[in-house]
Amino acid sequence: MSDPDLKHDHITDDRVYFFDKPQNVKMLMRVFYACCAILVALDFVINRYTYHTLENLWAFYPIYGFIGCVVLVIVAKWMRLVLMRDEDYYDKDEEARLNTISRPRTQEDHHVGH
Amino acid sequence: MWAIELPPFVPFYIAAVLAYFTHGKLRSAILLATPILGGLHLLMVPEGIYWQTEFMDYNLTPYKVDSLSLIFGYAFHIAAFIAVLYALHVKDTVQQVAGMIYAGSALGAVFAGDLITLFVFWEFLALSSAFLIFARRTTRAYFAGIRYLIFQVTSGVLLMIGLLFHAAETGSIEFSQIGTGSIGGWLIFIAFGIKCAFPFLHTWLTDAYPESTPTGTVFLSAFTTKVAVYALARGYPGTELLVYIGAAMACFPIFFAVIENDLRRVLAYSLINQVGFMVVGVGIGTALSINGAVSHAFNDIIFKGLLFMTMGAVLQMTGRINGSDLGGLYKTMPRTTLFCIVGAASISAFPLFSGFVSKSMVMSAAIEQGYDWVWLMLLFSAAGVFHHAGIKIPYFAFFAHDSGIRVSDPPINMQLAMFVAAVLCVTIGVFPSLLYSLLPYDTGYNPYDATHVLAQTQLLFFSALAFVWLNLRKMYPPELRSTNLDFDWVYRRLFPSFVKGVFDRIAAIGRLNSALADRLVALSPTLAKQFGPDGALSSTHPVGSMVKWVIVLLAAYLILSFI
Repeated sequence: MSDPDLKHDHITDDRVYFFDKPQNVKMLMRVFYACCAILVALDFVINRYTYHTLENLWAFYPIYGFIGCVVLVIVAKWMRLVLMRDEDYYDKDEEARLNTISRPRTQEDHHVGH
Repeated sequence: MWAIELPPFVPFYIAAVLAYFTHGKLRSAILLATPILGGLHLLMVPEGIYWQTEFMDYNLTPYKVDSLSLIFGYAFHIAAFIAVLYALHVKDTVQQVAGMIYAGSALGAVFAGDLITLFVFWEFLALSSAFLIFARRTTRAYFAGIRYLIFQVTSGVLLMIGLLFHAAETGSIEFSQIGTGSIGGWLIFIAFGIKCAFPFLHTWLTDAYPESTPTGTVFLSAFTTKVAVYALARGYPGTELLVYIGAAMACFPIFFAVIENDLRRVLAYSLINQVGFMVVGVGIGTALSINGAVSHAFNDIIFKGLLFMTMGAVLQMTGRINGSDLGGLYKTMPRTTLFCIVGAASISAFPLFSGFVSKSMVMSAAIEQGYDWVWLMLLFSAAGVFHHAGIKIPYFAFFAHDSGIRVSDPPINMQLAMFVAAVLCVTIGVFPSLLYSLLPYDTGYNPYDATHVLAQTQLLFFSALAFVWLNLRKMYPPELRSTNLDFDWVYRRLFPSFVKGVFDRIAAIGRLNSALADRLVALSPTLAKQFGPDGALSSTHPVGSMVKWVIVLLAAYLILSFI
């Protein structure tokens, strides 16, 4: 949406928030990597029952989740090449149609919410 | 109010009328009291109650209660309460009246014992919800609302025709198992499919929901698609086609969600993805899978509502909803951020959050019944959901790069509504037996065993790892200001330009005709000479001359016959 929608001013502040500190981000990432490692390691400890032969493969779920998401993103990026258009791709048509049926519309069109 | 026979939609319709004539605190009190009192009333209603009447030789059952309709009834009361609370600050009579009629119609539809009653509420659902879209009062919302209405009304018309066929074939209009064995069955199936956002019939949802008001979308996300899931569960359980339709619904929207910029549209795509799980559950048709579908609908109403509420709060406070414009909001909207993360964890089916206890049922049922490929697709989409709804929504709105926007958390009523939804998400996740006790079947299912918990956690953590890795490698698609073409391109661009082409041809033919007309006009002086008042062809002749000519002709004939 365009600028007239912006009802609240930007307040630039100098406060430093939690993720503004690189060491906090680094710490969070370390915890996350550790969790991933532990989860794979648990595969060896917990004896789980399986329904499907695929589940017996080593680290089936982690690998499937990781590869699945990478494929998802790569395919989606390809889709952008074909499907992506300008933000106002349909708007131009609609504006034109609006003019032909000459519905009385003024500033209200840009009023979001209430 | 407390009469046991009182159908649950009645209080909502009455409240809609009262809301029209009242305002301020009184209106707020009426709107809030309706779902609370209605819900308490419904808790006392036993299964098996019904109300029958005659109409044009048909046995109507406008109100019928069983375990399947009851759980949807509870969910809709909770959804209505949360949505009303969230929208309490809104001073727009259109939205408040439409919201009440909409919620009431959804309740009417799930307690409808026959197809004609279902049809009536089906249409009320369509009409009332369209006003929640028009209420945004933008050009986009106006056109999106019109397109939405066309889809919904088409669904209603198909349902009407289908029920007439069905009534003629079976002699009954009772709303029970219908099946796809007849024309009527197919028509009704497609009617349900439109409202359920089947692939290629889904664009009304991703088109219109993000164009509604911040509060309107919360209403919209709860009712229409879930009524359709209920209707499929009632009319088409065990229809194998639904398994494949559902698997497709679970998979294709996540690709669109990854590249979509409007975060509420991302949620709309993920809504289709979640409904896909429910449709698979209905299609498999075992007790476990139907339980999974129904409980996932119940949970989805709450966590999808919660996510739409957090994005509504962002839109309301910043006036923006595109991922490309947002970021860093956690700094000044900490509560909304927290609620969003709870919603994201629930939709991603993290253990201890509500999505986990219902989604795993559908997946277990799929694998038990030997739908291996479907199971793999569902597993893929479970990872994908976490990717786009679980990470993308909170990340691009509240974290990512700092957009410099500093707005506070939304008004207190909106925060309270999000709080209620978040508490429900966690409560159901931690104590799933609360939800399971409401389900139509008793399957003794336990989601919290080591197998399920470990598998799901591994899946989710490693899809998160994929997100981190892609981001670090700068391979993650950035949020771009854009429109992505979906199937709606066919009727918004291709078809109109085709029609325009045809009309241009007709206009060309018209031009040809007018050239011809010019020739004719040029010819007219000559014609006028012949046919004019003094023209040879317009002179009158006496009767005698005619007789004379007849005699001449007869004489000639006589002569010729002698030759």
